Amino acid sequence: MYNLQRELRDFIVTNFMFGDGAGLADNDSFINKGVIDSTGVLELVMHLEETYRIQVKDNELVPENLDSIDNLVAFISRKLAAEQELVTAAQA
Amino acid sequence: MEKNVDQTENLAVLSHPLSLDVEAEAQRIEASIREMVFKRLKRKGAVIGVSGGIDSSVVAFLCARALGPERVILLFTPELDSSSENLRLGQSVADALGVRSFLEDISPVLKGARCYERRDEAIRQVFPEYGPGYKMKIVLPSIDEDSKYSLFSLVVQAPDGAVHKRRLTADAYLGILASTNFKQRARKMMEYHYADRYQFAVAGTPNRLEYDQGFFVKNGDGSADFKPIAHLYKSQVYQLAEYLGVPEEIRRRPPTTDTYSLEQTQEEFYFSMPLQQFDLCLFGKNNGLAPAEIADLAGLPAHAVERAYQQIESKRAVTHYLRMKPLMVEPVTECEIKE
Repeated sequence: MYNLQRELRDFIVTNFMFGDGAGLADNDSFINKGVIDSTGVLELVMHLEETYRIQVKDNELVPENLDSIDNLVAFISRKLAAEQELVTAAQA
Repeated sequence: MEKNVDQTENLAVLSHPLSLDVEAEAQRIEASIREMVFKRLKRKGAVIGVSGGIDSSVVAFLCARALGPERVILLFTPELDSSSENLRLGQSVADALGVRSFLEDISPVLKGARCYERRDEAIRQVFPEYGPGYKMKIVLPSIDEDSKYSLFSLVVQAPDGAVHKRRLTADAYLGILASTNFKQRARKMMEYHYADRYQFAVAGTPNRLEYDQGFFVKNGDGSADFKPIAHLYKSQVYQLAEYLGVPEEIRRRPPTTDTYSLEQTQEEFYFSMPLQQFDLCLFGKNNGLAPAEIADLAGLPAHAVERAYQQIESKRAVTHYLRMKPLMVEPVTECEIKE
């Protein structure tokens, strides 16, 4: 969990804040902080899909999943757990 | 399509907080055009790229009245994806004003820059089957759709007429945008060719919504020597158009982007709501009105106005750099322009 949080924070700070993430708490809203615009959301989704080998569905594109580091960690954790369940079921 | 015609008709009804004294405003703008072109820019006339839309037509009429028809040049710059309607309507403006006009097909310039190839490569990242005979456009969700994010989707029409829509990836979106922006830049390059040739100034045609929200291409349609209607809301442009006698066919036409091969309104590409509603939301925000005060007039629920206010602020911030002058390490004071 710690690594996932750090990875996601690194990506957000490097990509959208030019390395200066000092003012961004893990529960801060990216929208309210002006960190990410609509192109940024597309970039973020592409990064998540490529890095964690998941598919983000249209109905998952909501701030509850994507609008803070905490929300991202929870969302990716859920997605990865769901993928793992599918793999386990297929192997059983 | 039907919806858009109705929206245009509703402009006059919905826009009363924005009603203009059209005669006085036309005179004010015309005096300002003379001052800007002759006194400050020291040019002999004005070049206007005319798209067949309402904004460029109004600017053409204002310049012809301000400077005289002999000091105005209209330029038509169609390319492979342009509708022939645009050219016909643009020519109707030149005919109505009795001004010189030139036709420059910019397709060869765009082919030379690999505009279409680059765009199609980007589209194939999302629709691998995209090829000859297909048409496309980029769309945004409407403001009343429940998605909190305003994310672009790509719509393609196959040669058999079937229409498909998929969410864009960041790479594909930026690839399409960067390629199609060649169009606005090629048009501006051509306008400056005529400006140099005749010692004229280039008139920009953005209205207030476009200027405020960054709905223009930097060094493309965002570039000009003067912008005579950048202070006017869209419904005010329509009021002026009627007063000036802009052909009715142009006044009743839904504003398009003239950028993609599938017909596309500005609403679905950028503003997420009909322009007369956006006008009122922008007016409300600019004048400190609560969303509830604008909601009834705009025919929107208060929460949609609230979201529109947020989107206006967010787009202003994101597009701020488009309106910035080139930055320098220190000013070169010797040649600074005294305003």
